[in-house]
Order: sequence, then structure tokens, then C-alpha cells
Amino acid sequence: MIIRTLVALALAALAASACTTASAAQLTTHVAIRIHYSHFDQTKIDVPVGVPITFTLINDDPIDHEWLIGDEAFHARHRAGTETVHGDRPNEISLPPFSVKTTTLTFDKPGPLTFICHFPQHEAYGMAGVVVVKP
Amino acid sequence: MRRFLAGFAAIAAALIATTQPAAACAGLIGPNGAVNLLRTTTFAGYHDGVEHYVTSFQFAGGSGQFGSLIPLPGIPDKVEKGGAWTLQRLIRETTPVTLADSLKRLSLNAASASAQVLMEVRIDALDITVLKGGGAEVGQWASEHGFRLPPAAPEVLDFYANRSPIFLAAVFDADAAKARGQQIGDGTPVHVTIPTANPWVPLRILGLGKNADDRIDADVYLLTDQRPALLPYPFANGMSLQHSAVATNSLLDDLRSDKGMGWIPRSGWLSKIAIDASASQLSYDLAVDAKGTSPSRVAAGLQAPAKQTGPTNDRPSSDQIALIGIALASFGAIFLLRKSQSVVG
Repeated sequence: MIIRTLVALALAALAASACTTASAAQLTTHVAIRIHYSHFDQTKIDVPVGVPITFTLINDDPIDHEWLIGDEAFHARHRAGTETVHGDRPNEISLPPFSVKTTTLTFDKPGPLTFICHFPQHEAYGMAGVVVVKP
Repeated sequence: MRRFLAGFAAIAAALIATTQPAAACAGLIGPNGAVNLLRTTTFAGYHDGVEHYVTSFQFAGGSGQFGSLIPLPGIPDKVEKGGAWTLQRLIRETTPVTLADSLKRLSLNAASASAQVLMEVRIDALDITVLKGGGAEVGQWASEHGFRLPPAAPEVLDFYANRSPIFLAAVFDADAAKARGQQIGDGTPVHVTIPTANPWVPLRILGLGKNADDRIDADVYLLTDQRPALLPYPFANGMSLQHSAVATNSLLDDLRSDKGMGWIPRSGWLSKIAIDASASQLSYDLAVDAKGTSPSRVAAGLQAPAKQTGPTNDRPSSDQIALIGIALASFGAIFLLRKSQSVVG
């Protein structure tokens, strides 16, 4: 399938990019996260504070997912959310089946932030991870 | 020619635990959900190389469309409306006292998309589509047709597609059911005829969409020419053999007299396998060897199928499975929600 091939190529390219960046600076500024069988392939990511971080999100599943990152209050709102689709907010990404999306975020203070898919049952199934913003 | 009949009535109690039906159904209903899924009963029979599959989808009220997908062992020759009493008669055979409580089945249906559509049939308020494709293709087809699959679906679809790329998607149109005058509790029997070499019963799929601790209760009726060999064996992890005996002539005569059931043979062996397990326990399927010798570990889900090296044969191999009603029972559990845009967080 062409889409899956493209996803695989994108993943490989981004992985290479991430490795290069990570070796050049202690913490990466490019992160590729792949979703397969309703799990994120990375669940703990360290990033530097105050630097733009580009996340490439690859949904390799035939079902919808989403990638929402924020603090506990943010996730509490989304657990009871009613939006049918997320818009252009850089920390709220909707991921249709076999899609690849990129978003760039700058974290202005150190600390952990969680990323979760809030579709029904997905968080309980294990679709959660943490970004640790390092000073 | 080897004759064998395998049948089963699967019951989705899992989806519909009798102890707390409302709660059990809740997970199957969408944000706008007013439709409750009740219990689904299924019978699968195998005779002269053909699998006959009869299940019933029960209208439980509400509106909108709901659906689910079922893995099949092969490409059906025919999908048609089933007879009226086959399922009830099977239940009565092994649980005569509780007959009055038994008939609550229901509902289902589903769909899929970039997969190849092999057949489309409308039966009352049910739209049934037979699909061919891998797990990803069938899953994408379902997503594109408005179904929101539970998070375990990608892995489970691949699990089944690696053994047989045939799925049956059914969409239950509650609005059409109401327009037809169907009352809550009314069932729509469906009879699927599938050429295949040996039957298996997908049990793992019953846990799809369930939490690990959710209970799965189902009854599987198998009717074979002789006492079958089953796998997993010995029974464990919530599976037990509750009935194993020569099928009575009265049962066979009654089944044969129902619509489309003339294929029922003159003799057979009736087994009833009960499932009372947590969703996390159901990591297996039920493999059946009609000759009573060695059931397939692949069919039981205990071993991965060998990689195919040649072109796919539409005819199932001996290791392929005979479809299963239980899968139908799990319909609701599998892929739900049609026509209602999913609400995200």
C-alpha cells in the first residue's frame, strides 16, 4: 500500500533526523512518534525548554487517533470533551487512519506534560506518554 | 465424502452480560447512542464441505445505524434470511428449563472500505457486506464508513486476516427496523453458507472493545458428524464443555424443518462449549477437528500461520477456519457507531 510505504519512509527519515539532532545536542528537537496497534512507540521523551520542538506523528493504524499534549487540567477537560474534531491547535492533533502530521511546540517551562489519545477506551488501552521538558 | 456438521450458538452475553445488561451495553453505544445491543445467538453447521452459519440480530430500540465485522473462514456462496426457530431450538436442547429467558439476541453490523467488496445483501433492516482484505484494509474500510473501532481492533483484525482475509460486515439500521414495525427484542436471523474445510470458532474477538476485567459469557453449539476433537484442550481459561452427546433425532428433525435448513444430516454429535471468562483470558479461539483427531493450533490462535509464499487461494485450506457465530455475537463489541461522528476529547 502506497500510504503505508510513505509512512514507513517518513518514519525512517525522521528517525534518522532525530538521531542526528540528538547526537548534536543533548536533547532532541525533532521527535517522531509512531502509532501502531493503538500504542505510541515512544512513551517518554526528553526535550529542552524554550526551543521549538517538531513532532512528527505517524498513524499506522486503520482507525482514527489523536495526540493531545498538556497538563492534567488540560486532559481532564478533554476526557469529557465534545469536540468532533480538533482544529489547528498545535498541541491537539487529530490523526485519521494512515496519516502523518507535523506540529511544532515550544515549551516555556520545565516539567512533565502528558500526551494522550482521548478517543473512548484508547487511554485505558495504553495510549499515553510523557514529554519531560528539561531546563 | 466426509460429512460433518458443526454448529454453534454463540451468545454475546459478553457484550451483554445478563447480570448488568445496561452497563455491558454502554460501551457499545456512541455519544448519541440510544441503541442497546442485546444478546446474539448463532449456530454454525458444517456438512459436505460447506459451513452453514445462522445467527440473529435483535432490535433493541433507539435510532441510527450500528455495525460490526466478523472474520469468516472463506468466501460465502450465499447470504440470506435464516429460518425462524433454529437458534431457539438449539438453546432448548441444552437448556430446556430456561428457554423463556434465552431469547435475547441482537444486533450488529458493520462495514469496511478499501477492502474488496465481494457481496452485498439486504436482509430486513440489516445491510450485510462480505469483504476481502487484510486487517488494515478492512479496518480502513470500516473507518471510512463511519465506524469507530475500539483500540484493539487493528491488532485483532490482523490476527484474523492472517488466517483468512474474509470478513462479514453488517450494519443494523435501527430507523429502518422501526419503520418496518420491528419491536424491541425482535430478531433478524441471517444464514451464511460458506464452503470451507474445517470449522473454528473465533472466541478472542468476543473480548474486543471490552475492558480486561469485563466478563464474556457465550455458548457455542457444535454439531458434527462424530465426536469432535477440540482445542484448546483441556479446557481452561473460562472455557468448559457443558454438553457432549449424540444429537437427538428430534433436534435434527426440528432444525431440518426450519427455513433453509434442509442440509441438516440424519445424525450428528452435539457439543456445547460455554465461555465464562474475563476479556483478558480470551486470547484463544476454538479449533474443531470434525474427524476427532488433531485440531489446528493455528485455528485455535495458539500458533501463528505460516507465511504465504504463493498466490492466495480463495478456497480455504484445511487449517482455515469455519467461521463463527461467536464472532457474530461479538459484533457489537467490535466496531460500532455509524452515522454518528465520533466525539473526541
